[in-house]
Amino acid sequence: MSLRIVVCVKYVPDATGDRHFADDLTVDRDDVDGLLSELDEYAVEQALQIADEADDAEITVLTVGPEDAKDALRKALSMGADKAIHVEDDDLHGSDVMGTSLVLAKAIEKAGYDLVITGMASTDGTMGVLPAILAERLGVPQVTLLSEVKVEDGTVTGRRDGDSASEQLEASLPAVVSVTDQSGEARYPSFKGIMAAKKKPVESWDLDELDIEAEEVGLEGSWTAVDSAAQRPARTAGTIVKDEGEGGKQLAEFLAGQKFI
Amino acid sequence: MAEVLVYVDHVDGAVRKPTLELLTLARRIGEPVAVALGAGAEATAAVLAEHGAVKVLTADAPEFTEYLVVPKVDALQAAYDAVSPAAVLVPSSAEGKEIAARLAVRIGSGIITDAIDLEAGDEGPVATQAAFAASFTTKSRVSKGTPVITVKPNSAPVEAAAAAGTVEALAVTFGALATGTKVTSRTPRESTGRPELTEAAIVVSGGRGVNGAENFGIIEELADSLGAAVGASRAAVDAGWYPHTNQVGQTGKSVSPQLYIASGISGAIQHRAGMQTSKTIVAINKDAEAPIFDLVDYGVVGDLFEVVPQLTGEIKARKG
Ligand SMILES: Cc1cc2nc3c(=O)[nH]c(=O)nc-3n(C[C@H](O)[C@H](O)[C@H](O)COP(=O)(O)OP(=O)(O)OC[C@H]3O[C@@H](n4cnc5c(N)ncnc54)[C@H](O)[C@@H]3O)c2cc1C
Ligand SMILES: Nc1ncnc2c1ncn2[C@@H]1O[C@H](COP(=O)(O)O)[C@@H](O)[C@H]1O
Repeated sequence: MSLRIVVCVKYVPDATGDRHFADDLTVDRDDVDGLLSELDEYAVEQALQIADEADDAEITVLTVGPEDAKDALRKALSMGADKAIHVEDDDLHGSDVMGTSLVLAKAIEKAGYDLVITGMASTDGTMGVLPAILAERLGVPQVTLLSEVKVEDGTVTGRRDGDSASEQLEASLPAVVSVTDQSGEARYPSFKGIMAAKKKPVESWDLDELDIEAEEVGLEGSWTAVDSAAQRPARTAGTIVKDEGEGGKQLAEFLAGQKFI
Repeated sequence: MAEVLVYVDHVDGAVRKPTLELLTLARRIGEPVAVALGAGAEATAAVLAEHGAVKVLTADAPEFTEYLVVPKVDALQAAYDAVSPAAVLVPSSAEGKEIAARLAVRIGSGIITDAIDLEAGDEGPVATQAAFAASFTTKSRVSKGTPVITVKPNSAPVEAAAAAGTVEALAVTFGALATGTKVTSRTPRESTGRPELTEAAIVVSGGRGVNGAENFGIIEELADSLGAAVGASRAAVDAGWYPHTNQVGQTGKSVSPQLYIASGISGAIQHRAGMQTSKTIVAINKDAEAPIFDLVDYGVVGDLFEVVPQLTGEIKARKG
């Protein structure tokens, strides 16, 4: 039987661009160029490697996001994923992690899965909690923050490098896995991959198709509210000296003045 | 007064500093009730009481160490059911965030992660967060359910405030999902004897400019002269010069010390994401155009192999 892998990928504003908030205090996704979150490339890469090892596997990439989020799906398809699902609905604008995770969980169930793979965190929201929430919602084991992952005979194993210990984990499928940027460099799409991606199927689903009411998601349906967002005041320009042989001593003098020594 | 649940991060009964900071914040919104799990849970009570915990709920079971995250969620939920708190505060570690998030789903509450400050507000606690690599500061609330909020280390001072700290055993029944993910082995990290990176008052970091694992000795020597923790950029970590546990930045640790010293680090946005909220920032870099200099209070344009040893020598001389 085929191993059904669903990879959750997010379309995010480019971190090297001028990221900011829109008037309604949601992340502005219009004015800044977007791309497939770099941290989700690692998830796609691990899915491809797991599929290579399996006798028979199918990789579906899934995103919840605006029209442009198709770019993220295309990139994942050109890396080698088989097909894509784009959940898109005007009512989704402004969803928080509870709303997004609800939509992803319903979509994953509808698509059918043995293994869900996500990145460690999105590069815009940087919460890093969605994988755990997905596992809770789907009622399957959570095997998260792996720097190494393997799937064999219906079991997923992996290494989680935590703050105080490195742990070896094991769970039966179906399961939700998240991988870190220590899991191995993601491949670049080849020219052949890019051409092939153009012909791969991308399905579009809306909230109706997932039996989700508009009130459950979006800005109104969020369980959190952002009241204000302010640009951090620029740091006051500091003193910069060129080392002419005394740089270390000058720095020590500064640190002493600040009572660090 | 409303009670506030505080999840305790401890190692065999030794409470880690971020939990004491949480107690300071919890007292702004109510009376802290601590939840300590695992081996040594009861031993946490004395220090928690000194910092304002009116009650300490404790539970120990093999499940907490043999399975990942979910047993702890079951226990925190048991505490939530017993107390009906006004808010739940959890330290923002990787595991803390996962525990908090799963609890939030179960109790139908919104979640805020990585708060850097917390105040009482008319419509519940108001959390301050840093967004977009700390270039923005936001204020948010949980608008549905009991606020579940995770707080970063170094977000509040540790304050003494004696309270009863009465120990009560917490009854926990584990659900079907608790044993879903087995921890088949655990290798504890070796202690370096240096302060914990996220908790340290001073962090000294090295980047690609350090140019080799063998050269990290000069970064460590500077750190030791200041009693600081050692950090590294991803470039230095990827090159294998320093362990990933010491990486500072978006995919490493986020630090907010009193003093951050960057040597041979250019200051890419992903690095800044993890250190931009430091109080005082100092950099040593031979390239005057390096973006790190936009952040500094004091910068030295020069060769780190000259500047850093001279600095270390001078610090040692001054300290006698
Ligand atoms: C999704 C994602 C996540 C990332 N997460 C992180 C993260 O968590 N942390 C992180 O740090 N990066 C992260 N990065 C990488 C980041 O973009 C940069 O590549 C990295 O921070 C560069 O490290 P560096 O400053 O040490 O190296 P470089 O950018 O190469 O800078 C080296 C600096 O050293 C200086 N130098 C060289 N020799 C000397 C000398 N002898 N004396 C003085 N100065 C010298 C040079 O002038 C230069 O400015 C991430 C990237 C991505 C895409
Ligand atoms: N809108 C989305 N669509 C698809 N996947 C997502 C979305 N948001 C988050 N994810 C996945 O969840 C992971 C963690 O996200 P977060 O908890 O938001 O930091 C990401 O690396 C993605 O794999």
